[in-house]
Amino acid sequence: MTTEAPMEAQTIFSPELAARFDKLVTLYPVRRSALIPMLLYAQDEQGYVTDAAIREIAQRIGITPLDVRNVLSYYSLLRTKPVGKYHVQVCTNISCMLRGGQKLFEHCKQRLGVGHKETTPDGIFSLEEVECIGACSWAPAVQVNYDFHDNLTADAMDAVLDQYRKQAEK
Amino acid sequence: MADVTLTVDGKKITAPAGTLLIDACRKAGIEIPAFCYYPGLSLQAACRMCVVRIEKIPKLQTACTTPVAEGMIVATDTDEIKQSRKAMLQLVLANHPLDCPVCDAGGECELQDMTFKYGAADSNFVDVKNHREEQQWSPVVYFDRPRCILCYRCVRVCGEGMDVWALGVQNRGVSSVIAPNGGDHLDCEECGMCIDICPVGALTSGTYRYKTRPWEMTHVGTICTHCGDGCKTTLGMRSSGDGMEIIRGDNRDKSGINGDFLCVKGRYAFDFANHKDRLTQPLLRNAEGKLTPTSWEDALAFAAQRLRKIRDTRGGEQIGIIGSNRTTNEESYLLQKFARSVLGTNNIDHHRTADYVSFAKALAGQEQRAASLRETETAPAILLIGNDPTEQHPMLAWNLRANVRHNRARIYIVNHQEIKLRRQATSFLKISADTYSTCTRFLAGEENSAFGAEATALREALSKEPNLLIVFGAELHGSAIESLVRYGLSLPDTKFACLGDYVNSRGAADMGMYPDMLPGYVPVQQPGAFATEYGERFPAAPGLDLPSMLDAAARGNLAALYVVGSNPVHRYGVAAASLKNTFLIVQDMFLTETALLADVVLPIANLYEKAGTVTNTYGDLQFVKKAADRSGVRTDLELIVRLADKMGADVHSLVPFGQGTRADMGQSRGAQSGEADRHAVWLAAQNLEPKLSPFDPSALLDEIQRLVPGYHFSRLELFSGNDQHVQATAHNTGLVQIVNPAERRDGVLPSEDTLFTSGTLGHYSGKLTEIHDSRNKEILVAAD
Ligand code: SF4
Ligand code: SF4
Ligand code: SF4
Ligand code: FES
Ligand code: FES
Repeated sequence: MTTEAPMEAQTIFSPELAARFDKLVTLYPVRRSALIPMLLYAQDEQGYVTDAAIREIAQRIGITPLDVRNVLSYYSLLRTKPVGKYHVQVCTNISCMLRGGQKLFEHCKQRLGVGHKETTPDGIFSLEEVECIGACSWAPAVQVNYDFHDNLTADAMDAVLDQYRKQAEK
Repeated sequence: MADVTLTVDGKKITAPAGTLLIDACRKAGIEIPAFCYYPGLSLQAACRMCVVRIEKIPKLQTACTTPVAEGMIVATDTDEIKQSRKAMLQLVLANHPLDCPVCDAGGECELQDMTFKYGAADSNFVDVKNHREEQQWSPVVYFDRPRCILCYRCVRVCGEGMDVWALGVQNRGVSSVIAPNGGDHLDCEECGMCIDICPVGALTSGTYRYKTRPWEMTHVGTICTHCGDGCKTTLGMRSSGDGMEIIRGDNRDKSGINGDFLCVKGRYAFDFANHKDRLTQPLLRNAEGKLTPTSWEDALAFAAQRLRKIRDTRGGEQIGIIGSNRTTNEESYLLQKFARSVLGTNNIDHHRTADYVSFAKALAGQEQRAASLRETETAPAILLIGNDPTEQHPMLAWNLRANVRHNRARIYIVNHQEIKLRRQATSFLKISADTYSTCTRFLAGEENSAFGAEATALREALSKEPNLLIVFGAELHGSAIESLVRYGLSLPDTKFACLGDYVNSRGAADMGMYPDMLPGYVPVQQPGAFATEYGERFPAAPGLDLPSMLDAAARGNLAALYVVGSNPVHRYGVAAASLKNTFLIVQDMFLTETALLADVVLPIANLYEKAGTVTNTYGDLQFVKKAADRSGVRTDLELIVRLADKMGADVHSLVPFGQGTRADMGQSRGAQSGEADRHAVWLAAQNLEPKLSPFDPSALLDEIQRLVPGYHFSRLELFSGNDQHVQATAHNTGLVQIVNPAERRDGVLPSEDTLFTSGTLGHYSGKLTEIHDSRNKEILVAAD
């Protein structure tokens, strides 16, 4: 593995993010420690981790694209395919399951007309069944992008989805 | 480090502090199973097969990560441990297809062995297995994902060992998978290390897969025929319609100088032997000028009669001989002896790939200054000038990387290219291609002008190295080698290695395949014992070197040229017309550019099909065992002897057979030795070992041992397959040199081979060509 990391003159990221990355790689004793935050920020900016992002991040750190993929594929929160504008993550882990999480997930499938890891044709919603998201006390819980919605029922879920659709149509 | 004493299974053992428990046990003959642990690679502790019980520690511990400690009490074979290992195996087998009957690794699979041993064939899992189709990742690497047990040996050997980092692990938990760097294919050095190291049949080889079962092959350990490093390789043979065919090259034996390592050529490039263009009949040029098949008797009689006539009417100096970089020491020795004592000429040379003559001269009178290949793995500091070992000496490159990894060796590189090894280097000095000798003189303090601050810093750093090993490529020759050696000798305990290109390039040089040097770099003008040994035909004056022979031929001044295992027409760009007045005899496996012009073509056996010895570029002498066999070909040794016989020479004085007390009665004949071996056993029991055959290489080895200065070695070690370091020392009589060294041209022409080429042989290796082409295709696509 090389330690040389020629800086990209051209970047696929926004100037702000590129500047943030420039700083990030200098914060740790070894550059590759910056890998996970970089992947996450890249995903936040671009919706998913693109091949181009993998190449640029590898180059910025001075590791191979394969190294980046090794780490990237380990984390289920990092993805290499686009999702909908609103990514609905329904928890069906033990607490949520006991409080109707599974049913809620089925309900979302019906309502959105897509299955696990699928996106609606208009690209507004995507659905995913996830493991515990740390909101067990208010189960069943759903995470949409970075926002939490808890203590949900089918009706409450519909209201949440409607609200996002309205936002999208604005 | 100090030794510690511990008790394992009631037995007291000692090991140096810091040793891993697993190594200490294995050394003491106590077996600890392991999938993920592999000596020389980083620790993984992933498989839990190596668990042992250590007193006072509540849980079972992994022996592969636990260093030994004083007073430690260890149990390795209790019911509890067996049960734990069995449970691990059941987990591994939960998603492992039980396709042993069709799996390539069947019969030599570590998982099979473990399952057999711990009886984990039953399973509590009912889940459906996760099947994936096999994938081809490169011309030689195939991957069967379901068989992978995720030991990560392949990932580590490719990254840490090869410094290629082409394999990774993706996903996690049960869905973890080994992934190649190109997405669906590999961009790598194709060494096949990952395949060999895989404990199961998950990674399989493009040349071997589904061809045979391991127990159906005969295995013979011999020496790779390609580069000058001379790795030992275990060839797997199977009888075929016309002999014994090589099915596989690997080094599961690991007893050789190369340990675990083989590169792409050693592992896959043996298929030239089965190339469809291989010659299996002698050819004679007929009245119409066409090469037509003939019998051995006719071909040899004709060639001998012409040679004899030319010698007797026009003189030996009208005959030239070009030898090979791939024949054994015995053959090279015999060829020059034949030239000098039968043909009466010193016109003998070969394609020189390194200036061994200057090296030997510079080291004259010095003992223990030439380094063995083994020392490149242990020397604390190495100065590498020129060459690109990753491409040209893959085994050396492997050793240097291992040395940095394990011993933090300091590697100082001077090169005109940014060679890959600079990634392991302490310092890298880039110079321009034409300044190697200036740079050397600068280091030696023999250059007045400055050579830049970096070079000064390098010289400063080197002056502090007490045990430097200097390795240099063909960029250095003549007086530059002499400066370098003078410089090295001014530092304490320096050793040297001179890099030449082919398996027996060094041997050819040591055996005197030069117009002006006899075996052991004894100058022709001061032949010493050779004068009487080689009889009255031995000419007193040096002969023509290779380019001069070709020039003489072009001028119509060379009546005959005998080319053995070489392709000078291609290598030196000779015009066909320039050889038209020369009677040309060519010994080769193929109709090369040179053979096409010959009057007589004699088909020969390659290094895998004969016995003898070779000397690698470091001076490590090794035993070549006959592995494969091909009907219709003869060894170079046999052909030279028969040619001499047909010329009316006394074969007894050419090959000292039928005398002395030792002979090869089969040790060297490998797979076919059965009958001869039984006789050998009887003869050995009677203290009898007569050399019975004039084609017996060991009769010539006797003479080499007797006459070549510096070739001191033990037969026992040799026949045991162990390497021994020899140093053919330059003649050092203290007499005035007759030749002015400045006038001598060293004639070095580096072969510029890469990882994927190997001179003429490379063209005839289907696998090497396939790999070479597939890489070029990728490069073209990438450039689009
Ligand atoms: S063949 Fe060699 S270089 Fe290629 S992936 Fe396997 S270990 Fe790495
Ligand atoms: S492919 Fe072979 S060596 Fe690599 S992790 Fe799997 S079992 Fe181990
Ligand atoms: S390093 Fe050289 S000797 Fe060793 S396997 Fe490769 S080509 Fe053969
Ligand atoms: S189980 Fe659903 S949030 Fe923890
Ligand atoms: S060998 Fe120790 S855990 Fe694999």
